[in-house]
Amino acid sequence: MSSDSSRLRQLAVSESGFVFDPLTGHTFTVNAAGLAVLAGLKAGLDVDAIAVGLGASFEVEGGEDVRRDVDDFVLRLREHGLVK
Amino acid sequence: MSPRYERPVIVRHALGGADKFGAANAVRPMRDFEGVSIAELVAAHGSPLFLFSERLLRQRVRELRSQLSRRFDDFVVAWSYKTNYLGAICEVMHQEGSWAEVVSGMELEKALGAGVPGARILFNGPAKSAGDLEVAFRTGVHVHVDHLDELEFAERVAERLGLRPQVGLRVHIGDLPVQQWDRFGFTLDNGSADQAVRRLLRRGVLELTALHCHIGTFVLDPAAYRHEARALARFLRRLEREHGVRIDSLDLGGGFASHNTLHQQYLPGEELTPSLGQYVEQLADGLDEGLEGAPPPRIVLETGRAMVDDAAILVATVLANKRLADGRRGVVLDAGVNILPTAWWYRHDVFPAQEPRGLAEPTVFFGPLCMNIDVVREALMFAPLEAGERVVIGHVGAYNVTQWMQFITLRPNVVLVSERGEHAVIRRAETVATLLQQEEVPPWLRR
Repeated sequence: MSSDSSRLRQLAVSESGFVFDPLTGHTFTVNAAGLAVLAGLKAGLDVDAIAVGLGASFEVEGGEDVRRDVDDFVLRLREHGLVK
Repeated sequence: MSPRYERPVIVRHALGGADKFGAANAVRPMRDFEGVSIAELVAAHGSPLFLFSERLLRQRVRELRSQLSRRFDDFVVAWSYKTNYLGAICEVMHQEGSWAEVVSGMELEKALGAGVPGARILFNGPAKSAGDLEVAFRTGVHVHVDHLDELEFAERVAERLGLRPQVGLRVHIGDLPVQQWDRFGFTLDNGSADQAVRRLLRRGVLELTALHCHIGTFVLDPAAYRHEARALARFLRRLEREHGVRIDSLDLGGGFASHNTLHQQYLPGEELTPSLGQYVEQLADGLDEGLEGAPPPRIVLETGRAMVDDAAILVATVLANKRLADGRRGVVLDAGVNILPTAWWYRHDVFPAQEPRGLAEPTVFFGPLCMNIDVVREALMFAPLEAGERVVIGHVGAYNVTQWMQFITLRPNVVLVSERGEHAVIRRAETVATLLQQEEVPPWLRR
C-alpha cells in the first residue's frame, strides 16, 4: 500500500469531499464514508482496519457489509487510477 | 449520535454534464400518488405495481375535447383500445364521451361486451376477418377498409347479410415529415385510393361516407398534421366533385406524443412534446386550407398515447445493488422489460419513492430477468438505494399493460386511484395457477 499511499497523498482533498488529482486534472466528489476511507488509505491503513474504523464511526452492525463496501470503493479508486 | 452510514462513494465530475438547458439530471422524490402514500399502496397491492390516476385520465381527455371544441362544431374523440384496453380505463374514457377505436375482432368483442353501441365504434386495422366484418355490419360499427382484398371481403359479407353498410377508406399520404407508414391503407399519391373508390362505387354494395388516415406514432412535429388534414380534405373535395360522393366524416387518426423521452431524443419530453392545442391548431388550419370554405365534415381523432401515458406510474422495489465492470452502479429492480416494454423506446423518468440520501452517481436500472436485454433505464445520476427501497417509473400508461409479456416473472396488479384517493385493483396479478389453467399435458405424458 506504500506506493498507493504516496499516490493518494498527491490528491488534494477538501473537508467537504471535493477531490482534485493534480496528475490528471480530474476532480471527484466523495461522500463522508468515502472521505474516511481515503484518509485511512492515505495514512497507510489496510482495508480491514479501515472497515473496522468506519463501522465504529458510523455505529454500523455487521462488519462484513462495511468490509464489502470498502473493497468496492477501493476498486472504484483503482478504476479512476488513484490507486494501483 | 453518529451520522447515518452511507456506503463510501466516489463520483468523477464530467464536464458537459450541465449545459444551457440546465443540470443533466434532477431526481426528485415521489412519495405519493394522487394524495395516497406509495408505501400504503404497495402494502395493499404488492410490488411491482402499476398505478393509474383517474383524475389525470379525465383531465387529459377533457383538455383534448376543449381544444377541439375551439375549432370544430362536430367532432368525435375515440379511445384507442390497443393503447390500453383494461376495462376500467376504457370505462373512464367512455364516461368522458369517447367512442371506441378497435383494430381486431378481440377488441371489437371487448368494446361491444362493455356496452359500447356499434354506432360509437370505429373498426380499423389490416386484418378483419369475414366473421369480424359480419359482427361489425350487424351492429352498425364504422368499418374503415384497409386494402382491396378487405374491400372484396366486406362486399361479400354485406351482400350475404343483405345490408348496404356505410364504410370509410383508410388512406396513406406520402410526402409527410414523418416516417412513412405505407403498409396501411390505400396510397393517395399513386392513384390506389382513387382505384379503390371507383371500385367501391361501381359495385355499389357499400356506401362510402368516411375517410381515415393515421400518419404515425409519437409524432413530435405538429405541422405533420397540417399536411395530413390538408391532403385528406382535398381528397374529400375531389371525391365530391368527380364522383358526387358525400363524405361526412374525416378520421385523422392519432399519434400525438406523450411526455416521455425517446431514446434518440436530446431534449426531455417534458420540454419537447407539443401541447394538445398545438396539434389541434395545425390540424384545423390544414383542414381549412384543404376544404377551401366548404363546410367541414365530422372530425374524428383517436389519439391514445397522449391521453393515457402520463396518467400512470410503475412502482418497483430495489432487490440488490451491484458494481458493473465499467464502474457504474447497477440496481436490480423487481420490475423488468417484460412488464415495461416501453423501456425499449423511452428513457423513462425514474424517481426515488423516499427522500434521496447521499451522493448521486451514474446508475443503471435493471429488471429481474436473467436476460441481458432487461434494462429499465440506462445512465441516470441517482442517490444510493438500499434493497427494499422503492423507485417510481413515470409515464407508463400507454401500451405497457397491453404489450407486456408473461415471461420469467408474473404480471403484477394494476390499480386505479380515484380522485378521492380510493384505490382498487383493475387487473389482478397473475399467479402460477393463472398460467397452469391455460396448459394441458397430453395423456401419454401424464404420470
